[in-house]
Amino acid sequence: MKKNGIGTLVSRKKRGRTVSFLIVITSYIIMQAMMSTGNLSSLFSGLLVPLCCYIVAAIGLNLNVGISGELNLGQAGFMSVGAFTAVSVSGYLASAVPNPVIRLIISIIAGVIAAALFGIVIGVPVLKLEGDYLAIVTLAFGQIIKSIVTNMYLGFDENGFQFSFVDNKTKLAPGGKMLLNGPMGATGTERISTFTMGAVLIILSLFIVYNLIFSRSGRAIMAARDNRIAAESVGIEISKVKMLAFVISASLAGAAGALYGLNYSTLVPAKFDFNTSILILVYVVLGGLGNMTGTIISTVILVLLPELLRSMQDYRMLIYAVVLIAIMLLTNNETVITKMKMIQKRFSSKTPGDRAAG
Amino acid sequence: MPEKRLILDVKDLGIDFGGLTAVNDFSMQVYDNEIVGLIGPNGAGKTTVFNMLTKVYQPTRGIILFDGEDTAKKNVVDMNKAGIARTFQNIRLFSQLSVLDNVRTGYHNRSAYSSLTAVLRLPAYYAKEREIDENARELLKIFGLESEAENLASNLPYGAQRRLEIARALATGPKLLLLDEPAAGMNPQETEELMDMIRLVREHFKIAILLIEHDMKLVMGICERITVLNYGMMLAEGTPAEIQADPAVIKAYLGE
Repeated sequence: MKKNGIGTLVSRKKRGRTVSFLIVITSYIIMQAMMSTGNLSSLFSGLLVPLCCYIVAAIGLNLNVGISGELNLGQAGFMSVGAFTAVSVSGYLASAVPNPVIRLIISIIAGVIAAALFGIVIGVPVLKLEGDYLAIVTLAFGQIIKSIVTNMYLGFDENGFQFSFVDNKTKLAPGGKMLLNGPMGATGTERISTFTMGAVLIILSLFIVYNLIFSRSGRAIMAARDNRIAAESVGIEISKVKMLAFVISASLAGAAGALYGLNYSTLVPAKFDFNTSILILVYVVLGGLGNMTGTIISTVILVLLPELLRSMQDYRMLIYAVVLIAIMLLTNNETVITKMKMIQKRFSSKTPGDRAAG
Repeated sequence: MPEKRLILDVKDLGIDFGGLTAVNDFSMQVYDNEIVGLIGPNGAGKTTVFNMLTKVYQPTRGIILFDGEDTAKKNVVDMNKAGIARTFQNIRLFSQLSVLDNVRTGYHNRSAYSSLTAVLRLPAYYAKEREIDENARELLKIFGLESEAENLASNLPYGAQRRLEIARALATGPKLLLLDEPAAGMNPQETEELMDMIRLVREHFKIAILLIEHDMKLVMGICERITVLNYGMMLAEGTPAEIQADPAVIKAYLGE
């Protein structure tokens, strides 16, 4: 069997892990350097935090879709839960915890817990079933969450919290503060998200996802994806391992949403709609299912592309679509893949160490 | 000769699918460290019996005692934990995992550690992973697959895939191994090697083996006892010599 040159399966995957950490750390250092020297346009530096959010949400989604093999069409719903939880917590704690970094961390943790709880509530009944039920239920979840947040009014004053649904019936004493304002969402949020926190979240999520993949649980998750019946026959509880992947995926979306929400002074619930879910899924599919490095790269390209093309005005969405289609065709074309492998082989066959693997 | 320990005791097992009775009144015993064959014409219900023993199907009637314990409330995962491992008629490997990872997956419950241990890379993770790795490579060596360890399971040749499936089943540490047509699609020489391998597995792991097979040379060559199934009913039971001479069996296979 000819396999020398490309390297072994395991070493290839582990190399992918190192590469993705390196990419994140180097780009973080470069961006920081550019920002401090003033070489980064304000448009571009404003994109950094949302970019980090999308990367974290996409890494989480890739764990669920690529590694666990379950389609999730409601990642934006979990982001929404994380975002509005974090914004409310941050708004409530504004005077109690003046330090923005600590408040940011507390808010993100709150967002993660809220999103994980929703993940558990959805996952427990749905992941017992075999088939595409998760896709249907998460699709509905995304829509329901959007409607709920759009109709939710939450405020607090010195007497405690006031909550109402559909109509704003809250009557706050002077000095009180509205946290959620129905269709207007969260307004007057203190912008405490930082690019550093974004980079930390990306590294944390890569750390969690990779450590999980290269472990007993990760093997069980992939085994359940590859062959359900065989996985059960070796003693793997399918719903349990699928649940693990799904809840971690939801939690990462919650963290991403929290960071996103605290990056803007105004956040409307409609931001996290079905289109956002699909957008994140597109990042994952284009980057390659189960391929975290690919996910990061494709997210960066697809988030920055519309902004870089802004000067083209009317044509930018057209070009965006063409690039999408081109990437899809190229990454799924047999001829291109074989050519790429040949090039890869030619390069790596010059390194003698790999030969031993064959 | 000392009395052998009874591993599997099946009494009056039966299953209905809607109005169709697929298997009825099926009884058999497997003793420790024994090789038993389950044969019968196509559609006799052999794989259905395997699926009931592993609880892929819940039997409608009857009792399965495994190692003296009633298994009525057990599911597929429980049966594997109790000590039944199996292979499949149409090979079911984890195709996108490496050969080594396929076997490592078999240690899921034997060398267990929590996912938190994995994410935080606690010392227990390294200890358990080393243990899994050593055992898995040992198993691959026995099955002549050590040179393929890092390859994708789906890239293996057919015969090697069958061997890998057996290795994965053994990794779960069974007391009883169920082999569903292990020689299907193999040429006579490969079948010969498989027979040696099954004997070796029995000696090395000290387990009982129950196998379904159409290759009569294999069945008659390695099984100590044989049960014949026809139309979901037990037709005969006995040593290979007795089965070969049984007129009912000959009639079922060849017609009158």
